Amino acid sequence: MTEVAAPITEIRRPDLSGKRVARRYAAERRFRAYGLTAIFIAVAMLGLLLVSIVSKGYSAFVQTYVELEINFDAAKIDPDGTRDPAKLAAFNYQGLVNDALYAQFPDVTERRERRSLRGLIGNSAGIELRDMVLADPGLIGTTREVAFKSSDDFDTFVKGHISRDLAEADRRVKDQEIAWIDALEADGQVDVRFNTTFFTTGDSREPEQAGIWGAAVGSFLTLTITLLLSFPIGVLAAVYLEEFAPKNRLTDLIEVNINNLAAVPSIVFGLLGLAVFLNFLGMPRSAPLVGGMVLALMTLPTIIIAARAALKAVPPSIREAALGVGASRLQTVTHHVLPLAMPGILTGTIIGMAQALGETAPLLMIGMVAFIVDIPGGFTDPATVLPVQIYLWADAPERAFVAKTSAAIMVLLTFLIFMNAVAVLLRKRFERRW
Amino acid sequence: MNKNTIALAAAVAMALSAGTAAAQARDQIRIVGSSTVFPFSTAVAEQFGKTSGFKTPVVESTGSGGGMKLFCAGVGVEHPDITNASRRIKASEFETCSKNGIGITEVKVGYDGIVLANSKAAERYSLTKEQIFQALAAKVPVDGELVDNPYQMWSDIDPSLPNTKIEVLGPPPTSGTRDAFVELVMREGAKSFDSLAALRKEDKKAFRAISDAMREDGLFIEAGENDNLIVQKLEANPAALGIFGFSFLDQNSDKVQGSIIGGVEPTFENIADGEYGVSRSLYFYVKQEHVGVIPGISEFIAEFTNEGAWGPDGYLADKGLIPLPDADRAEMASQANGLAKLSM
Repeated sequence: MTEVAAPITEIRRPDLSGKRVARRYAAERRFRAYGLTAIFIAVAMLGLLLVSIVSKGYSAFVQTYVELEINFDAAKIDPDGTRDPAKLAAFNYQGLVNDALYAQFPDVTERRERRSLRGLIGNSAGIELRDMVLADPGLIGTTREVAFKSSDDFDTFVKGHISRDLAEADRRVKDQEIAWIDALEADGQVDVRFNTTFFTTGDSREPEQAGIWGAAVGSFLTLTITLLLSFPIGVLAAVYLEEFAPKNRLTDLIEVNINNLAAVPSIVFGLLGLAVFLNFLGMPRSAPLVGGMVLALMTLPTIIIAARAALKAVPPSIREAALGVGASRLQTVTHHVLPLAMPGILTGTIIGMAQALGETAPLLMIGMVAFIVDIPGGFTDPATVLPVQIYLWADAPERAFVAKTSAAIMVLLTFLIFMNAVAVLLRKRFERRW
Repeated sequence: MNKNTIALAAAVAMALSAGTAAAQARDQIRIVGSSTVFPFSTAVAEQFGKTSGFKTPVVESTGSGGGMKLFCAGVGVEHPDITNASRRIKASEFETCSKNGIGITEVKVGYDGIVLANSKAAERYSLTKEQIFQALAAKVPVDGELVDNPYQMWSDIDPSLPNTKIEVLGPPPTSGTRDAFVELVMREGAKSFDSLAALRKEDKKAFRAISDAMREDGLFIEAGENDNLIVQKLEANPAALGIFGFSFLDQNSDKVQGSIIGGVEPTFENIADGEYGVSRSLYFYVKQEHVGVIPGISEFIAEFTNEGAWGPDGYLADKGLIPLPDADRAEMASQANGLAKLSM
């Protein structure tokens, strides 16, 4: 037994040779470079998206106006001099606009030419004049400058989206119309102003009259219902499952199902809404009420999962302390656990709501993908929502809707950023760490 | 917790009461149906809302088939009053409607052309329906035999055509534009081959299986329902052709040009007088039982069929609707306003 066994393993010493250290540093540098590249790609994509949206959409926030000298001829509008509102409303005010145009360009006499001349002004001009006269009958018999929205083609041209250099046959604005526009511009009658219409009206088939307000109100009404339903139900479900429910097969099954529901494609909730809310319960089509209920179903799993995670994060010592000083289980939850978990729950809720704000697919089935001009006044009035409005405008043939689409996307993004900022703020402000 | 329960109870109560209340009465016309008629129907709805004193009708774009399904489901405020269609009502749909006690008035409003267009950066194509069929069908006859479409270049079909790869963007099968394109171009093109024409006489189904099948080797690309998207893609890719409605060609005449089909260029005038061979009729259907129950339906029909709307100088022509000939228009207007009942 004198034979000494050869050492089974060599003792491994760290290899501190310069080569190996250099290799390790190189690997680290490479890894950082990959990470930076990934971030750069993500930022570049986002930047590209934003630049493309803003560059297409910024021009929708302004609108070209044409000032015309309108003669509110008493003999025409109100020949009897009775100032009867019904008669005043029935008058064809578009004629006054046409007369002003003909007076401005007296050498245009041919019928076709006059038709394209009339096309310079948007066709809401007559209705605007009617409303002016009805609001102030004193205008009758006077002559004054009135600024009208120009038609969409003219507007697009003035904003420079139609090039003068193209051959005449290739553009929608013809040489003669350009000559008229130049003449009006030379007289200082063309004016580009902030487009208030875009923020105050509902949808329209005329791009110059189309606005985002109807869809914004629809989104607000829909999300109100979603919040009212999904927040209390979601929080109650989470509190019960987390704090009271016994741990058994049934609750396991429920938990698995909730997690699955969060991954169900949203169109499925729309089909459910169609079958249950519309066909079975007989609720109205296109109503924010039904839209809100469908979106609430979709948001519920998100809220339940977030709320349960927030409740879990409250340390057991808090519960034990409360129970230890004699609080009931309900008091423990309502006085201690829930308030401490609230920032997390609210964050989850806001993210769920932001998701619901951007949803169109489930609304398709319940008739909210529709052309709706009137601003909804209640939960059962027909309404549409912001993302649906974007979808409808993206589909419209008129060129000017391209800009409106991008502008509407900017409005939606603003809302989303605002909601996410509130979520971040809540977390920062109230979050507790143990 | 208490507050939450109250809020929940309030929300549910509100939901139920509001739901039942709204189902009892409706003072607003509801229109569903074709996405092709949608731009015209909405324009009339808006004008009607502004001038008539009635509420602006709600117009949904559900597709012709989807619209018919909703329309024929029954009589009552929960069902739509009018449906738009980019094809005539089918016999099966008419039966469903009759079975549910619905009387229909049919109104033909005008025509829509379907164009095959490409970027202005490239040459304008001049094609026949036969050549289009050869370029796009899954199976084509070559020397009397049906084979998988062998053509890769336009010049493979006819040496006079440009030597560029066949690449056509079109709508998916769910679209009415696709149905019309298949009916008006592919079937017509297939018929011009003797062997297929013979097959059509013997076995219509087998003929349809060949004429209606678009090739699936990547040269015909389903580009989705959005025609604006197709226009943008054509602009980016001058070698490609796209299939879409005439109003999009009209609005984008600085970017794309319509191919000449069968020797006729797709222009407003050529479609209106029937010269251009790829156009279809557009319709809307009115539920007679709702006239007088839902306020404003007859006034809406009057607005739609008024010369200022659907005439050659009306606002619908500005939106790209191609009007009916004068005589047809007058007859259709009297039928529509008299609520003539459709029978099949």
